[in-house]
Amino acid sequence: MNDDKLQVAEHGRDESLYPVSRREFLQGLGGGIIILFATGDLGQGQQRRGERPDFNAYLRIGEDGRVTCFAGKVELGQGPMTSLAQTLADELDVSLDSVDMVMADTARCPFDAGTWGSTTTPRFGPILRAAGAEARAVLIGLAAVRLKVPKEQLAVKDGVVFDKTQQSRRVTYAQLTQGKRIERHLEQAPEIKTVGQYNLIGKPINRLDARDKVTGKAKYTGDIRVPGMVSAKVLRPPSHGATLTSLDTSAVDEMEGYQVVRDGELVAVLHKNPDQAEEALKNLKAEYDIPKARFDDKTVFDYFMDNAGEGRVTDNAGNLGSGRKLAKEVVEETYLNGYVSHAPIETHTAVAHFEGDKLTVWASTQTPFGLHRQLTRDLGMPAENVRVIAPFVGGGFGGKINFEQAIQVVKIAKIVKKPVQLIWSRADEFFYDTFRPAAAVKIKSGFDNSGKMVLWDYTVHGMGGRGAKLFYDVPNNRTTLHRELRNGERQHLVKTGPWRAPDNNTNSFARESHIDVMAARAGIDPLEFRLKNIQDEKFRAVLKAGADKFGWTPAKKSPSGRGYGMACGFDVGVPVVLFAEVAVDERTGSIQVKRVVCAQDLGLVINPEGVALQTEGCITMGMGYALTEEIHHSDGRVGDLSFGTYELPRFSWLPKIEMVLIEADDEPSKGAGEPAIICMGGVLANAVYDATGARVFQIPMTPERVKQAIAARA
Amino acid sequence: MNETISFTLNGKEVTVTTEGERPLLWVLRTDLGLTGTKYGCGEGTCGACTVVMGNRAVRSCIVPVRSVRNREVLTIEGLARNGQLHPLQEAFAKHDALQCGFCTPGMILNAYSLLLRKPEPTYEDIVSGMEYNLCRCGAHTRIIRAIEDAAAEMKGAR
Ligand code: FES
Ligand code: FES
Repeated sequence: MNDDKLQVAEHGRDESLYPVSRREFLQGLGGGIIILFATGDLGQGQQRRGERPDFNAYLRIGEDGRVTCFAGKVELGQGPMTSLAQTLADELDVSLDSVDMVMADTARCPFDAGTWGSTTTPRFGPILRAAGAEARAVLIGLAAVRLKVPKEQLAVKDGVVFDKTQQSRRVTYAQLTQGKRIERHLEQAPEIKTVGQYNLIGKPINRLDARDKVTGKAKYTGDIRVPGMVSAKVLRPPSHGATLTSLDTSAVDEMEGYQVVRDGELVAVLHKNPDQAEEALKNLKAEYDIPKARFDDKTVFDYFMDNAGEGRVTDNAGNLGSGRKLAKEVVEETYLNGYVSHAPIETHTAVAHFEGDKLTVWASTQTPFGLHRQLTRDLGMPAENVRVIAPFVGGGFGGKINFEQAIQVVKIAKIVKKPVQLIWSRADEFFYDTFRPAAAVKIKSGFDNSGKMVLWDYTVHGMGGRGAKLFYDVPNNRTTLHRELRNGERQHLVKTGPWRAPDNNTNSFARESHIDVMAARAGIDPLEFRLKNIQDEKFRAVLKAGADKFGWTPAKKSPSGRGYGMACGFDVGVPVVLFAEVAVDERTGSIQVKRVVCAQDLGLVINPEGVALQTEGCITMGMGYALTEEIHHSDGRVGDLSFGTYELPRFSWLPKIEMVLIEADDEPSKGAGEPAIICMGGVLANAVYDATGARVFQIPMTPERVKQAIAARA
Repeated sequence: MNETISFTLNGKEVTVTTEGERPLLWVLRTDLGLTGTKYGCGEGTCGACTVVMGNRAVRSCIVPVRSVRNREVLTIEGLARNGQLHPLQEAFAKHDALQCGFCTPGMILNAYSLLLRKPEPTYEDIVSGMEYNLCRCGAHTRIIRAIEDAAAEMKGAR
């Protein structure tokens, strides 16, 4: 590790943002051309602190002509490694294989807020393009001098600058950077390429990490080996809120090669091998005090609604009273959605290695810099002495924003003074997860004689408002969020956190189910009803394109028995519409999804193959929360600790998936990692209604709930 | 109680001395240093740890290492020959049949044994053969396509 003699040079900055000083970064880079730039994330943070925006990513064209991009982003599976390299290669006119990505290492990459949501492509991408363009401009300037040709007369291909009028007059990037050291700070956006000038952007390419991942070479945190390292397994308490009252470690203390450590509530067994450490946990005798809880997974919804605090109105227009008067019919329903786990196949894993006054941590995390900051603070160590690296991460979905495993392993390593690896067991993963919160959505709405919505009163209990903002045009509307109970008490008893497209899955399920309920009451086809109530041209274009692809036709009667459903949504600036066809076995209550069509407007598409992959991922994963995934709990005990009861989508569930992308090349790129998933609850609930006439108000739509809804149908 | 266990791993003889009850998965990952085989659940429910024993895919997290004595074990590290990827590996890469890649070694080895049993699988064969290998990223459609493609490729090669 080349992290000796580190020092933080500049003053007046939040130093923890800069694990290594700017000078240090730059010194280590050697010669070539270096472009420093700031992505939106940092710009905002810095401005909030009233400081000059600085760089938080950079790229270098080395003396060998190779391009290296240093960025704090994590490769969680969504392919930023590939899409960022592709973007850069295109702007610089070099081949893709001459680009190296250095990611998610706090000692080598500047600060990055974290990798989540669909922010990498939309926020990072454009700035990276600008940096690439800037570097290209510098190189062309150098080439003009060297070749004695005016800049305008030069062109670049595959890292070679040449005279357009005489192609033999040429010079390579490597020749240009040789012996030079040019540093530029990207202040203003240089001219970037536009549609038609791209070589790589917009073309399907395969992932750069594919080869390593199919051969088993790709290193995840669990694959890190440090000499002298031991494995730890933590003793999981029986419930959230439990406190350890007694601990007898004598049985394990007597076993050779084992060690028990305790730091407050944290108890762990160590052994050379993780499997043996885990076995030994059984020999610990621990007693706990388990407090009674106010609600469980079934009573949670009523509890939230009955004990709701004031609430916060986030949107308000017109007048609900006049809306009610204008309404031909007022429809009121409540929609429920339970706790859901992230369940990545790679469980949370971390390695901690103290060497003298330095600490290196490898962690499967979405937020290496957040972890760095917390460790620095907790341990009182200088920022430059702590290094966090996130190798390949085996899926995150929001769950690996939580880095509890790394905090645990550092505590343990500090006590035992050896490098320690901690791999959470599957049960640990379920238990310690920051669940997607259970939430209830109450909607009171009305429509007039012409089928236009005139009233929309939308109340959320238990979660936030992403996706709650109405994109239907309703003159009298209000949205209220309840995130606290009366007396300001916290709502959830278990830890909750963002889950792929946070809140929006539940909000979209509620809203789109309710739109269909109204359409049915009004006797209007669901597509027509939506078109009547959405003015936005872009949205209408997406709706129509999706309907076309699906072959949507108005049914003679509703429910039609065809099993057709649709749902709209809006997430991270993307209008998205899903259409689905399902078959329902009324006897067993089981649902088979046969076909899903997804239409969305993602702006400029950098890598269509990546978009397809993400969208299919969304639809497949979305079937899980719509149909089976639910965490049961009572008194803080988590009832689902294995894939035996927590059912993930499987191969036999796969529908035929089709996609429509609205062409919008002159618009900024938007991420495809989330939008399509938000409609899955709504589209399937609506399709189930169309198949059976039974309306399911709670997801997941387990066979039990479907049967109940069938029994209750009018 | 330690036992000495010899078996063939990716074509080479290996011997380990360890407790026979220990799961093959962890002996591979720790004692033998082959980390391509992944831990996802340790209970036989996810398939991330799938390796091929004889010609059959097994879940190495629930196979005691003692039971591979004198058997042949193939892990993801042993699939490519002389730097040449196996058609399944080629096809997984080509079809982007992975995102985070954590389920991938298990998927590939499960598919490998499926193709040994059924060299010309139908779509349904693939679905039922792969059913209990979990992928959280939702790469399923691509995985099926990759297996179909690899099957066709391998048939051509024969
Ligand atoms: S780790 Fe073996 S089946 Fe999951
Ligand atoms: S690719 Fe991530 S679990 Fe399958």
